[in-house]
Amino acid sequence: MRTVEQTTQEVLDLAAKHFQVAQDSLAPDDDFFKKLGINSLQALELLSRLENHFGIELPDYEVQGVSDFRTLASRIQSRL
Amino acid sequence: MLDLSKYQSIGGALKDAVEVFADKICLIEADREREKERLTYRDFKERAHPLSKALQDGGFAIGARASIIMTNQSKWLISAYAIFFAGGVLVPLDYKLTPDEQWHLLKHSNATLLITEYPIWRQLSTSAGRAAAKNVQTVLVTEAPANADLVGARRWEDFRGEDEPVFIARKRQDTACIVYSSGTGGRPKGCMMTHENYLEQCVALTSIYPFWPGVRYLSILPTNHAIDFMVGFFGPFTCGATVVHLRTLRPEYVREAFPKYKITYVSLVPLVLKNLQKGLQARFDALPAGQRKMFNVFVAVNKALTKSRPRLGISRRLLKQVHEAFGGELRAIIVGGAFTEPQTLQFFYDLGIPVANGYGLTEAGTAITVNDLKPFRADTVGKPLPGMEVRIINPASDGVGEVSVRSKTVMAGYLNEPELTAETIVDGWLLTGDLGRFEGAGHLQLTGRKKNMIVTEEGKNIYPEDIEAVFESLAAKEFCVFAANYIWTARSMTGEKLVLVLHLEPGQQYNEELRQDINVRNNRLLNYKRIHGVVLLDEDFPRTASLKIKRNDLAERLAKLDSAAAILPL
Repeated sequence: MRTVEQTTQEVLDLAAKHFQVAQDSLAPDDDFFKKLGINSLQALELLSRLENHFGIELPDYEVQGVSDFRTLASRIQSRL
Repeated sequence: MLDLSKYQSIGGALKDAVEVFADKICLIEADREREKERLTYRDFKERAHPLSKALQDGGFAIGARASIIMTNQSKWLISAYAIFFAGGVLVPLDYKLTPDEQWHLLKHSNATLLITEYPIWRQLSTSAGRAAAKNVQTVLVTEAPANADLVGARRWEDFRGEDEPVFIARKRQDTACIVYSSGTGGRPKGCMMTHENYLEQCVALTSIYPFWPGVRYLSILPTNHAIDFMVGFFGPFTCGATVVHLRTLRPEYVREAFPKYKITYVSLVPLVLKNLQKGLQARFDALPAGQRKMFNVFVAVNKALTKSRPRLGISRRLLKQVHEAFGGELRAIIVGGAFTEPQTLQFFYDLGIPVANGYGLTEAGTAITVNDLKPFRADTVGKPLPGMEVRIINPASDGVGEVSVRSKTVMAGYLNEPELTAETIVDGWLLTGDLGRFEGAGHLQLTGRKKNMIVTEEGKNIYPEDIEAVFESLAAKEFCVFAANYIWTARSMTGEKLVLVLHLEPGQQYNEELRQDINVRNNRLLNYKRIHGVVLLDEDFPRTASLKIKRNDLAERLAKLDSAAAILPL
């Protein structure tokens, strides 16, 4: 079982890879919309990538209003 | 042509529809690749009537207000039907608002009943805003887990009366819905839409984009939004068509839904349409050179053959693969909620996929103008719909002025705001606050905005005054939020940004600490509501006797600054 820290790091790594930014440029408390310059649609794409990676289903409502990596990771963690 | 002249209310028209089309498929609901349910109009009635009866048994009276906060799904429409049947007024709210914003509007609307889904209720029930909205006496929650604590709410699924409900008639001029066009943080603008507004709009819209049994409409835009309420509920229901709901809006599942359910119509916001364009373009670019050349020839032929009007049969044969990806039955993509760039519209039209762009605002019903595609004009928002009188007020030499509209679809007014209503509807004409002109053939071209607001590509209306609360007690003498294009008039309907205008205390510097504070506060706002820069003004803001900022005067002063130099990025 992953720790929440590990999950958070994996979320950051995957986001960096998907949107092609330097891995060390993202931090857990960053706002992903702002930091990655993405819109809501691209955020949904990221969610699908994360679901595949973690092997879970994350309903859209679970991430409603979430905009930072840390909260996103905690939502994933609760479904692992 | 659809005739709704015999009906007085939405409820009356829907009541007949479920009888007339009893055996037709009414709703399909899917979650990812799984189809959850498929209901006929008879099934729909069998689910809605017990709910309506339970409402009546619980004392829900004629004219009572009931709110729905739900993602798009069958239960949204079943609940709305039950409310209308019982003579209620529907208050559809945006599920994407924060819980406090939702309570704020629930209080403003004076709704006594709330119907919502469990994940939303989980957040609403613990929000501080709940204490203020004491008017909400009954809460019905859908799909709650068996062991969930509903904190005073009741299960929607168990809320069923035993006998047939009594149909409560309403008059055409009665309020059917209160639809909020803004006011999540500040002064709520609750548009009081009458039954007549919807009945008339439905007839006008379906005269150009008709529904019939067998038509399948993919409902993606939130149903609280005027467009989806009309073309994803009332329109298809009065014609016996089918509405398809998806419980997840991930692009990959939305794409799959087109061929799987043979979608006829879909409504999208410009952002999603542009995303589709990008995806298709990438696929075309990846074709081997020879195939790409052939493809371009077919596109050119299609373009030539559809110059005066769409010819779906020909386009589907010529560009088979593209049309098959959309299910092969798509008749039009309806785009709304915000301005769409002409090149995006043209891209789809050239592929033989008509995009029905138009122009509307909640206050005027769903749509004022729609592109009738005869011929397609990407540079305009089409011609006024039947029954719409549109005129340009005080046109300049180039014909540009404020667009105003008079029709039976214009709202009765803003709830509890007689002054604002009187400013907005003058002598029966609704002043839209948008600037435009008519070109020679009678198509409306929009050129900019007269009002201090922006509309994002996701179709969100943002009024600066609604977000100012987050900057309260900021270390500065005074501040004000503006739409940049309101200060520096731009001949553009896209790429709009918000700016924070600051007047600092004497001797105060705009330093890193202040910038950080603004950033932290800005990040509390939903991403599409955030400001993009700061403008410093070293003079007192003009104010009224009651010390309210005179926004128009302030904007005029700011307009003298050079926008490129004045806006400091955050």
